Amino acid sequence: MKCTVCRGPAVIDVRRHNANFCAEHFVAHCEEQVRRALHQFQMISPDERVLVAVSGGKDSLALWDLLIRLGYRADGLYLGLGIGEYSDESGEYTRAFARSRGLELVEVDLLEHYGFDVPAGAKAAKRVPCSACGLSKRHLFNQAAVDGGYDVVATGHNLDDEAAVLFGNVLRWNVDYLARQAPVLPARNGFPRKVKPLVRLAEREMAAYCVVRGIDYQVEECPMAKGNRHLGYKEALNSIEAQSPGSKAAFYFEFLDKAAHRFNADFADDQDALLACTRCGAPTPVEVCAFCRLVEKATTVPSSRRIPVAGA
Amino acid sequence: MGGVQVTLRNPKRVVEFEGPMRVNALLDRLELNRESVLVICGDTLVPGDALLDDADAVEIRPVISGGSDAR
Repeated sequence: MKCTVCRGPAVIDVRRHNANFCAEHFVAHCEEQVRRALHQFQMISPDERVLVAVSGGKDSLALWDLLIRLGYRADGLYLGLGIGEYSDESGEYTRAFARSRGLELVEVDLLEHYGFDVPAGAKAAKRVPCSACGLSKRHLFNQAAVDGGYDVVATGHNLDDEAAVLFGNVLRWNVDYLARQAPVLPARNGFPRKVKPLVRLAEREMAAYCVVRGIDYQVEECPMAKGNRHLGYKEALNSIEAQSPGSKAAFYFEFLDKAAHRFNADFADDQDALLACTRCGAPTPVEVCAFCRLVEKATTVPSSRRIPVAGA
Repeated sequence: MGGVQVTLRNPKRVVEFEGPMRVNALLDRLELNRESVLVICGDTLVPGDALLDDADAVEIRPVISGGSDAR
């Protein structure tokens, strides 16, 4: 297998582009795809400060690396989610990456700052762990960006992530979620702009990028995500992709081009109607935002389980 | 000993196959989707048409991660 660019020995094939790449030209391919996404969707201006949400996994570390290589001012934000050894290790990978490159890393620990972790929060709120985790992440990304004066939050969602979410939302015709699915969510009502610069790159390319660039990342899957629907959607889409390369990209980008605008009007009306959370000030459609309600449930010990304080 | 040593994850284990064999043939034999894994030798990617000989050692690394709600 030869590199499509230089005809030297290739290390990876990217079938949807009908191309093979050597290590050097594969890195160039990834840079070009990110550059094109940034330009196509007007994600980040050169003078803006970027906060990259980093988890210690392949996508977020690759994203941080790529944004720095492309010359952006990007700091990292790591959230300690309290998922046992998995969180301990993900923090170590993230800190090692930042340290080795002299990058600024902001850390927020859910247990230390808010009194609960993801397993406890999910149990108390009777949510699936991925739901409690996603809710916490979205809130804390926004909060950290506002606190730190960042213009934009960048997340490592790749083409597979976006195609799988789209697949799930179409299966159930979740029109509210379809309205929000975009590579850029503009800043409004106190939310910073959110961008997904990896939407033109597949999950396999991000893992390959880390191997080629010598980025150590957490390979193990989150123990709380095992068996979730999202993983099943990815496997289903990859079965289609294996038979018909380019299907995932066509599914997602044709949605953006031909269908997304049909759902957007209702979403814009919803956004205009947001209030400020009476506890934390975050934008919310109701009096108390979903994150503050989660904090309350997760940190309120039922009276039957309270331990009497001596002398009280 | 003497075959192609293949390290798999979830759960982590090592299996051995008789070489020589192409990487793509190995993945077919393991019924793995090429879109869902990388094949790595040390810190180097191994392409699908590479020929693995007895005594070669490779890791098959899953690339799919999850954990997202609907968004």
